[in-house]
Amino acid sequence: MPADFNWAIGGEAGDGIDSTGKIFAQALSRAGRHVFTSKDFASRIRGGYTAYKVRTSTEKVRSVVDRLDVLVALTPRTIEENMDELHEGSVIIYDGDRTTMADVEIPDGMVDLDVPLKSLAEDAGGAIMRNVVALGAACEATSFDIEHLDSSLKKRFGDKGQAIVENNKQAARLGQEYVQENYPDADLDYDLETTDNDYVLLNGDEAIGMGAIAAGCKYYAGYPITPATDVMTYLKGRIEHFGGHVVQAEDELAAINLALGAARAGARSMTATSGPGIDLMAETFGLVATSETPLVVVDVMRSGPSTGMPTKQEQGDLNMMLYGGHGEIPRFVLAPTTVNECFWKTVEAFNLAEKYQTPVYLAADLAMAVTEQTFEPEAFDMDAVEIDRGKVVDEDTIEDHQTESGGFKPHEITEDGVSPRAFPGTAGGAHMSTGLEHDEQGRRTEDTEMRVKQVDKRARKVETAREREDFSPREFGNPDADNLVVTWGSNEGTLVEALEYLDDDEVDVRILSCPYIFPRADLTEEFEAADQVVVVECNATGQFADVVEHDTLRRVQRINKYDGVQFKADELANDIKETLAGEGQEVEA
Amino acid sequence: MSSQVRFTDFKSDKQPTWCPGCGDFGTMNGMMKALAETGNDPDNTFVVAGIGCSGKIGTYMHSYAIHGVHGRALPVGAGVKMANPDLEVMVAGGDGDGYSIGAGHFVHAVRRNVDMSYVVMDNRIYGLTKGQASPTSREDFETSTTPEGPQQPPVNPLALALASGATFIAQSFSSDALRHQEIVQQAIEHDGFGFVNVFSPCVTFNDVDTYDYFRDSLVDLAETDYDPTDREAAKEKVLDSGKEYMGVLYRDEDSVPYGETHGLDADMSDIDHDGAPEGAMDLVREFY
Repeated sequence: MPADFNWAIGGEAGDGIDSTGKIFAQALSRAGRHVFTSKDFASRIRGGYTAYKVRTSTEKVRSVVDRLDVLVALTPRTIEENMDELHEGSVIIYDGDRTTMADVEIPDGMVDLDVPLKSLAEDAGGAIMRNVVALGAACEATSFDIEHLDSSLKKRFGDKGQAIVENNKQAARLGQEYVQENYPDADLDYDLETTDNDYVLLNGDEAIGMGAIAAGCKYYAGYPITPATDVMTYLKGRIEHFGGHVVQAEDELAAINLALGAARAGARSMTATSGPGIDLMAETFGLVATSETPLVVVDVMRSGPSTGMPTKQEQGDLNMMLYGGHGEIPRFVLAPTTVNECFWKTVEAFNLAEKYQTPVYLAADLAMAVTEQTFEPEAFDMDAVEIDRGKVVDEDTIEDHQTESGGFKPHEITEDGVSPRAFPGTAGGAHMSTGLEHDEQGRRTEDTEMRVKQVDKRARKVETAREREDFSPREFGNPDADNLVVTWGSNEGTLVEALEYLDDDEVDVRILSCPYIFPRADLTEEFEAADQVVVVECNATGQFADVVEHDTLRRVQRINKYDGVQFKADELANDIKETLAGEGQEVEA
Repeated sequence: MSSQVRFTDFKSDKQPTWCPGCGDFGTMNGMMKALAETGNDPDNTFVVAGIGCSGKIGTYMHSYAIHGVHGRALPVGAGVKMANPDLEVMVAGGDGDGYSIGAGHFVHAVRRNVDMSYVVMDNRIYGLTKGQASPTSREDFETSTTPEGPQQPPVNPLALALASGATFIAQSFSSDALRHQEIVQQAIEHDGFGFVNVFSPCVTFNDVDTYDYFRDSLVDLAETDYDPTDREAAKEKVLDSGKEYMGVLYRDEDSVPYGETHGLDADMSDIDHDGAPEGAMDLVREFY
């Protein structure tokens, strides 16, 4: 286990929890420490509670754990909600002057740091900075050099002017000094060492947005929805510098249709939403696919069905992406497994969309979309980005794809299933695109032979992709282990950390993390080589387990989590151990 | 090239399957003539069609085109124009497509004021599904699904457009070929969203809103001293339920189209790099 440290700030929505948490995470990142953050909306009591949690280490951290070392509590509930995670020696920073905190009791064995956050903030220039006072106190409690916090405050408030930055630095110092002066004898064991490493700190939505720009995406249309909104807010104000444009549509129906229009005009185009938006987009998705339009549709999954639990984790939309919509049409589904992979899979999604002239679903999930993590900047090596636009024809090459009377054939029947594409404005390329079944020129047809040819042609693109692309899963653990654990999406990091717990218990497993949902690798050989196969996913029915059972004609065991909270490494290790020992969830035949 | 373009260049080799006498023939002819007359050719024109009898128009015309899903033609057209301002974008659909299933998009397309034209073939009936009430059907218009009439007032597309901030509102009649072409031409030439509601009679399922009815009742604003740039006058006209008007009802001479307010002047299909764009590494550095 990395020598990790766990910090959190919690309070009510509107308390500035997220931005304060992010400032501290940024300070740690700038101090050369790895960071893995999570947002805790999981209330054991009632709604309204929110917390931003930071796990940090000098080594890479990939998941959350059930332990809190320092907690900034703005409400009594913050302490109650986290009682299971607090332990002897945990530090609790709070403002006893706050009416609601006056009677709060800090459990025995924990370090009680009652700091007048509000009045110190007022001394520094305004009560609004009370959370920053708490950050200063936290620096003192963890022997963390406050200059790293200064740097983070400058980044956060720099555009508001130097005076605001200085006030915030002062607020932090007042918090730090208050703890020094009033708690000289407190038992503060934590010492957050720093390194010279440079890290970048970002979340999955931002990585998707950055990937889109890197891939040459010029058009984004979307409708705000948790937890996908950050993709749009990231792109707005940035993509314009690269010749692109962001549109906030009137709804998701408009969003995908705007994006479709831009894609027909030849732009690399994208929309992002979550489950309810995907439902609305399903009809147009069919049109995108049958008109063979390259489009990237991001689904940042959250708990469903219907409005579900909008701020909680789930991987429940897999079937919707694979099968949603009437009729039969191939579509690609990619599921990045880490924040870093959110970037790379977005780049790849654009290439696949254009090479195979098909819509691509990018299936991200809440657990990695809205929480920040650190990476070496080289993990986002822009020099390694490649753009492949597929079979685009121009004025000179278009003649090879015209009928004798000069009609362009955007749905030409070809061996590999991929037809030529002419951007509007190309002389001699005028053609119809339609959701109706069509002939090679895009003209409506109900001719039985042409119908079959077009269906087969579209399906052939998938076979071509299987031949040309590498859809292998990512592999971890012991490749020769008897037991195989399969997963997809953001569970990868947790599983990799669970390996260490399993190792301690001498449980040997091989892990396959699958970023390609369709087309995907055939795991028959891997399954045959394993004694037991366990599929881990955040949904109730085992949607990916169903898919791989179908592929391999082999029953698997399933670990499903659908309480709205992502897996934790220790708990997942335990689930795997029990499942392999035959004590896991019952598998329904 | 444009000087040699004839309106027949916009005709595809598919024969329309509209009923003989359908208003859509005249509507389409006027559109093609207006496109040719304004210096466009099939290679720089993008037609977006909706679903319904009117939606077939994309198939009978020759240009870059897409036949969308029901009710969503307007956002598709806006996306095309934003991504390539050099294209002439024309969206065409029916009253069901535009004012019923797509009514939400109509309001926002009007607000957005993208420089394109929108031609609605309004026959006040659902023809393709064989005669049900449409959003513009009269309150007492009896159909198979509304035997006593819809018993609710028809949508007033002109008033809806004006209330939503339209910069160009016009109405034409498919049978008055010359005026229809002129009006569509003005919609094309307008800097912004050029909206034309076309009375395009359904000879099979609507025996009330007929050619004769429109011939008898239409008032051509061009033959009056009406000033279409006067918004107050337009308010009165669009809310006047006692008459049917033909001509431009409102034109905002100061209209600034979306592309101009948002600085969209490049063809986004151009990607001049085969790796990440120049300066992309700055995006990574931002996250330090």
